[in-house]
Amino acid sequence: MKEFAYARAGDAAEAATLIAQRPDATYLGGGTNLVDLMKLGVTDPGLLIDVSRLPYDRVEHREDGSVLIGATVRNGALAGDPGIRERFPLLSQALLAGASGQLRTVATVGGNLLQRTRCGYFQDVTKPCNKREPGTGCPALRGAHRDLAVLGTSDHCVASHPSDMAVALVALDAVAHVRSVDGGSRTVPVAELYLLPGDTPHRETVLDHGDLITAVELPPPPRGARMRYRKVRDRWSYAFALVSVATAVSVAEDGSLRDVRIALGGVAPRPWRARIAEERLRGARPDEETLREAAMAELAEARPLPDNAFKVDLATDLIVAGVRDLVARRDRA
Amino acid sequence: MTTVEQSIGAPVTRVDGLDKVTGAARYAYEFPTRDVSYVWPVQATIARGRVTEVDPAPALALPGVLTVLDHTNTPRLNAEAEASADLFVLQSPQVAYHGQIVAAVVATSLEAAREGAAAVRVGYEREPHDVVLRADDERLEVAETVTDGSPGLVERGDADGAWATAPVRVDATYTTPVEHPSPMEPHATIAVWDEDRLTLFNSDQGPYMSAQLMSALFGIELGAVEVVAEYIGGGFGSKGIPRSPTVLAALAARAVERPVKIALTRQQMFQLIPYRSPTIQRVRLGAERDGRLTVIQHESVQQRSAQVPFADQTVSSTRMMYAAPHARTTVKVAPLDVMTPAWFRAPGHTPGMFALESAVDELAGALGMDPVELRIRNEPETDPESGKPFSSRNLVACLREGAARFGWERRDPAPGVRREGRWLLGTGVAASHHPDYTFPSSAVARAEEDGTYRVRIGAADLGTGARTALTQVAADALGIPLSRLRLEIGRASLGMAPFAGGSLGTASWGWAVDKACRALLKELDAYGGVVPDGGLEVVADTAEDLARRADLSRHTFGAQFAQVRVDGDTGEIRVDRMLGVFAAGRIVNPHTARSQFLGAMTMGLSMALLEIGEVDPVFGDFANHDFAGYHIAAHADVPRLDVVLLEEDDNTTNPVGAKGIGELGIVGAAAAIGNAFHHATGERVRDLPIRIERSRDALRAARRTERRRPGAGEPESRVG
Repeated sequence: MKEFAYARAGDAAEAATLIAQRPDATYLGGGTNLVDLMKLGVTDPGLLIDVSRLPYDRVEHREDGSVLIGATVRNGALAGDPGIRERFPLLSQALLAGASGQLRTVATVGGNLLQRTRCGYFQDVTKPCNKREPGTGCPALRGAHRDLAVLGTSDHCVASHPSDMAVALVALDAVAHVRSVDGGSRTVPVAELYLLPGDTPHRETVLDHGDLITAVELPPPPRGARMRYRKVRDRWSYAFALVSVATAVSVAEDGSLRDVRIALGGVAPRPWRARIAEERLRGARPDEETLREAAMAELAEARPLPDNAFKVDLATDLIVAGVRDLVARRDRA
Repeated sequence: MTTVEQSIGAPVTRVDGLDKVTGAARYAYEFPTRDVSYVWPVQATIARGRVTEVDPAPALALPGVLTVLDHTNTPRLNAEAEASADLFVLQSPQVAYHGQIVAAVVATSLEAAREGAAAVRVGYEREPHDVVLRADDERLEVAETVTDGSPGLVERGDADGAWATAPVRVDATYTTPVEHPSPMEPHATIAVWDEDRLTLFNSDQGPYMSAQLMSALFGIELGAVEVVAEYIGGGFGSKGIPRSPTVLAALAARAVERPVKIALTRQQMFQLIPYRSPTIQRVRLGAERDGRLTVIQHESVQQRSAQVPFADQTVSSTRMMYAAPHARTTVKVAPLDVMTPAWFRAPGHTPGMFALESAVDELAGALGMDPVELRIRNEPETDPESGKPFSSRNLVACLREGAARFGWERRDPAPGVRREGRWLLGTGVAASHHPDYTFPSSAVARAEEDGTYRVRIGAADLGTGARTALTQVAADALGIPLSRLRLEIGRASLGMAPFAGGSLGTASWGWAVDKACRALLKELDAYGGVVPDGGLEVVADTAEDLARRADLSRHTFGAQFAQVRVDGDTGEIRVDRMLGVFAAGRIVNPHTARSQFLGAMTMGLSMALLEIGEVDPVFGDFANHDFAGYHIAAHADVPRLDVVLLEEDDNTTNPVGAKGIGELGIVGAAAAIGNAFHHATGERVRDLPIRIERSRDALRAARRTERRRPGAGEPESRVG
């Protein structure tokens, strides 16, 4: 039997002490992905430090309009938070588009951010994978890659990041609060949390061993923003995104785009903030041609493989439709 | 005396429902067994070659590991046994497919067995493999016979001559991918040896037939094998015979002289349990301008494993659906380095009718005829293949009733013209067909002194409601309320009975139950209606009755209607509603029958839009092998489903009047959805599943067609 130890941390300091002593230890949140990976043999931590009961379970709506979301808040609870639903509907929609009701009840915000790719080769220990075993090769390049990434990939890895929530957070300029083992704290924009694979696809985030995400902070939503999360997947629930797009726009009185934020899911090793498209659209009039040119500029650097080339077009269409539909909408939310 | 109402035809609630929802119902893996140990397979990581070395040492060093089995030390099976070659588990070093069992670890705990299996080192001599089905594969051969026993090639009239002269023609190729049955309950077995007697608690569609097979494999008497399959969590054909894990459990139990159990993981279900063969089907339809078919040619290219000569009956529906004087229907198979394909709900008919019923829709378009009307125009009076009369055939009634209920008469036939916002809307129809099989069966009816009755039959209830339906049949035959009857099923020792496959259960078992019960009443009369001491028991067997039955063409039919919408931006497809109208003899229980049809139609929807086993040419296995990667329909995909069961009085079938219904509902469902997609978009997708990339390609093609049309406006700047 593969044995592992389990410890429940009473507070962050205890968690840090436990993990500092054990290079083979890892934090356990809701376990909806980690436990699967243990069953598959993809990962075999010697010690699981349960941080799901640490006192980071509140959603704090602050005076200035910002929100501090504790890392152990469950995905389902966050989706249903009245303030989130009203002021950040994009985030609520993204959460509800992910997983199943059962999984959302268990999964934590911190765990959601750190979930691993669902690439079939990564999850199958009988096959090579540069992410799981550096240097063994990437079978997805010649094999099954329909669901995998087209942006930000390398010759070593084309894995896509599976989170819906993270895509919304990146569009909303969210910032992760991180506590290191020595007790120090720092903030990392969620958009900068993830590393692109390059030639080290096994390195996935900027976090060091023992770093603990304690909260995610949302700045106040842009004034007058309309926002929406749209997810395209093979079936109408309980599937990872083929392509998803988080869009937030505010329209000036003259009909031009005062502010526009776009993030893509399912297309890259991390939630992909479409800054090139945003840049082109800010202050522009959102006619079909302008939208399409901006979207195509964002996807210009895409490196699709034969079976996922459709994602490039689909992402382009979704960016266009996302902004177009929000601009056309009269209500605010 | 109280009047007993007739039970057959009443929507009786499942007699085992309470046991199932309270957990009292015992499934194969759940039977308490003393001193049980666990076996975990070690699976080939090559697709072809041979095992050169198995190093058990690292596994044997682990606590709890009892033994490591490989082809050198596993008990021998009876090499002469008439059994599928892939069931000769661990009998040779040959590797015929990726994932094949090449060793196994038996341990005192599940965890130890699993860890042991991961520790076993296997050396291989690897040979090049080929796992990809191609229409131009040089090894393709016409199948000698297909699953229903008919020849792989059947021709009537002059199919080539008629094709050459047909005024209106459709010639199209359709493909369907690998599809996995993967029922909710995985394959599971507990094997217990007592001297030379073997008991298998098995998730099994046919305990009696499995006992036959296992007794042959192990070279022991049929009476020395008991198979217990009281409750089964779905099978869809995949549990129609024991598969390699069941044989492994029995071998392992023999080797360690202890009971051994196994339950597959979901991943192993995709690696060790057969699947539906992919198909590449070319259909050619030739017709007069009035719509009368003159010729049908249907050729299906399929795969088999190197080991097992399996060929689905993919063109068998085509042989008898429509009144074409000339026809050639062919199944060709290519031997590949794959696990054998096998039965999956309505084997052959499901992919075959996707192709045929799509082609009929294309022909309707070419003729400018309504597709319902076209089918009615080609209704045969007798079986076009055999010339035999039909025992009953109500396809036309199903089409008419369905058309009326679905609102078909208001349908604008023009494709690609209905919009609702950015959604494109369309409707489609397809016919449904499945053969009506009946196999001989035995049953035992017994009157007890306390006034109750007991009926025993070696049937199996996969979740279909068979236990409930047979209880109804028995109660009616005996003229008693259900409460006075106890029905026992799910054991080989209950007597000769066919399996729950080919939708033949209710008709075959029901007949035997009915016969036994009526014989018992007659016998009771001899005792003046008083049950003698010790009770009274009667055994019935329908073999002779079946042999005397009129020689007719026996089938069930239906009509499937679907409405879909396609998002013009993204290509996403939503099925709004489906209607299935079926005529399949006397419906014993409309409640459980409806559930069967709902489930089958949902499976058809899933086939149309979602399901595909992704063949990995490099490794030789399926790249997706869990339910995150192999999508089946979720609740959100399933729209309003309506099922209508027409009354059909077929008194030639059996005294109960029942026909099979379990598979009919999947047949034609995918074609109806595909035809509706075409009606919505104006483009046809001939390759299943219609996933988003294919839908988007179709939308793109539709826009190009739109632009080329004379008088069309400015070309759209959208997706180019």
